[in-house]
Amino acid sequence: MPIKVEDVSYIYGKNTPFETKALNNVSLEIDDGEFIGLIGHTGSGKSTLIQHLNGLLKPTSGKIFVDGIDITEHGVSLKEVRKKIGLVFQYPEHQLFEETVYKDVAFGPINLGINSEEIDERVRWALTEVGLDYESIKDMSPFELSGGQRRRVAIAGVLSMLPKVLILDEPTAGLDPGGRDDILREMKKLNSENGITVILVSHSMEDVARLADRLIVMNKGEIVLTDTPREVFKESKLLMSIGLGVPQITLLFEKLREKGWNVRSDVLTVEEARDDILKRVRIDA
Amino acid sequence: MDNFFIKTKNLTYIYGKEKNSKPALKNIDVGIKKGEFVAILGENGSGKSTFARLLNALIIPTDGEVFIKGINTKDSTKVWDIRQTVGMVFQNPDNQLVATIVEDDVAFGPENLGIKPDEIRKRVDMALKAVDMYEYRFKEPHRLSGGQKQRVAIAGIIAMKPECIVLDEPTAMLDPLGRSEVMETIVRLNKEEGITIILITHFMEEAVLADRVIVMSKGEIKMDGTPKSVFSDVEKIRSYGLDVPQVTELSYLLRQDGINIPPDILTVDEMVDGLCQLK
Repeated sequence: MPIKVEDVSYIYGKNTPFETKALNNVSLEIDDGEFIGLIGHTGSGKSTLIQHLNGLLKPTSGKIFVDGIDITEHGVSLKEVRKKIGLVFQYPEHQLFEETVYKDVAFGPINLGINSEEIDERVRWALTEVGLDYESIKDMSPFELSGGQRRRVAIAGVLSMLPKVLILDEPTAGLDPGGRDDILREMKKLNSENGITVILVSHSMEDVARLADRLIVMNKGEIVLTDTPREVFKESKLLMSIGLGVPQITLLFEKLREKGWNVRSDVLTVEEARDDILKRVRIDA
Repeated sequence: MDNFFIKTKNLTYIYGKEKNSKPALKNIDVGIKKGEFVAILGENGSGKSTFARLLNALIIPTDGEVFIKGINTKDSTKVWDIRQTVGMVFQNPDNQLVATIVEDDVAFGPENLGIKPDEIRKRVDMALKAVDMYEYRFKEPHRLSGGQKQRVAIAGIIAMKPECIVLDEPTAMLDPLGRSEVMETIVRLNKEEGITIILITHFMEEAVLADRVIVMSKGEIKMDGTPKSVFSDVEKIRSYGLDVPQVTELSYLLRQDGINIPPDILTVDEMVDGLCQLK
């Protein structure tokens, strides 16, 4: 299920006084099984881009290929595309509406006309994947749950469609550090164990540094940088100039180098930082 | 009474009517002084937001008392005095803006207090300048960025001239730039205008900016002290489902490996100094 975006532009409010170019000749390719971190400040075009990937928006110009099929062409079944590419919006728990957790997660597959046995299986699998206990939670009302649990139920509702690609728009906004880490660990597991391609839109540089294979950096409707987190976070000046940052630990190492320390320029995690500093300190001693 | 601006005594709150429901807050005794900047941390469901809502009489204690400048929030004749003294800012700026023009939105509060038009004009200008949004006064709120909207929401509160502002995760929906804009505004209001700040947040790097950090868990206060004293106890803070800034974690790891570095490092610059002294 590779995705290929070719020269896509998108204009909001065309021929009105509010005309804005939200995407400007964007081209990118995403391979099967990648874990992508999509970063950029508010208004950089991230949300517009992800809505193109499952056909919610049609480009003003350009093409989008999913599995080799141009989904911008007339007559392409967008229902099929949306089955394969699941999109979890910001605050997805606001979209829960059923009486029980089970019914809510089963809603998508029921609409596909799948038999009840398979629905059972899918709901059980999806809830387990997001770290919830199927038996104890299935008959509860979504409204009895905590914010973090509700968010997971909403993600399970997308997973029950068995997507090949999962796009998450800031899935951890408003969660506490524990809830944040749990959801991200589960998404990483879906990617590494089930081979689901994950596209994570995030404002946390620390999180994408730790999780993503590759980052896509957007600014003013264009892709300004795409590479591994290690390479991208070397560009701290560029990132700052477009309203982003680098992980605190990367910044620390940059400042140490300015002070003459001979430390790595591509450090991403606290553990890597510790190892490198220990090495330095022991060599000096 | 003593000189606390906010004082709670044996404060308990239970949601719902059933007597045996679990309390959201249990026997909280805390005092906050005028001009303090207090950050409140805790897992989802720890009671932070319940505590915030008790401070301006949005909810009334099930048991115990909350005093704002000595006024008991149970005194229903004083509710409007309390809400004018303690303003609240919530997570989602879109739910807090009501007008179609920025300056009308900021004027909404004072208008409802029955303040004279020329005084409202002065307050709106003052409030928008205080959050650095004066040049946007004729714009439409829905065309602003998240950080700008949240600053307009804060201006709407400032125009009521509160002595204290309670902010319940004001940056949760913002990008890094919006977050730092809002945090700069909060720090400035505290330091320059002397407004007492109570900031509920999940971001440890924001709590670091406060004078005092309170950690809540299961409806109780578990830790209360300066950011340095609270964050230096890495194991304890983690046991409440929280985290520490990356540099604090690094100093914790380095100390375990026998490196002699202070345990209470909170910022990148402090870490640079600490490491350079090793040389």
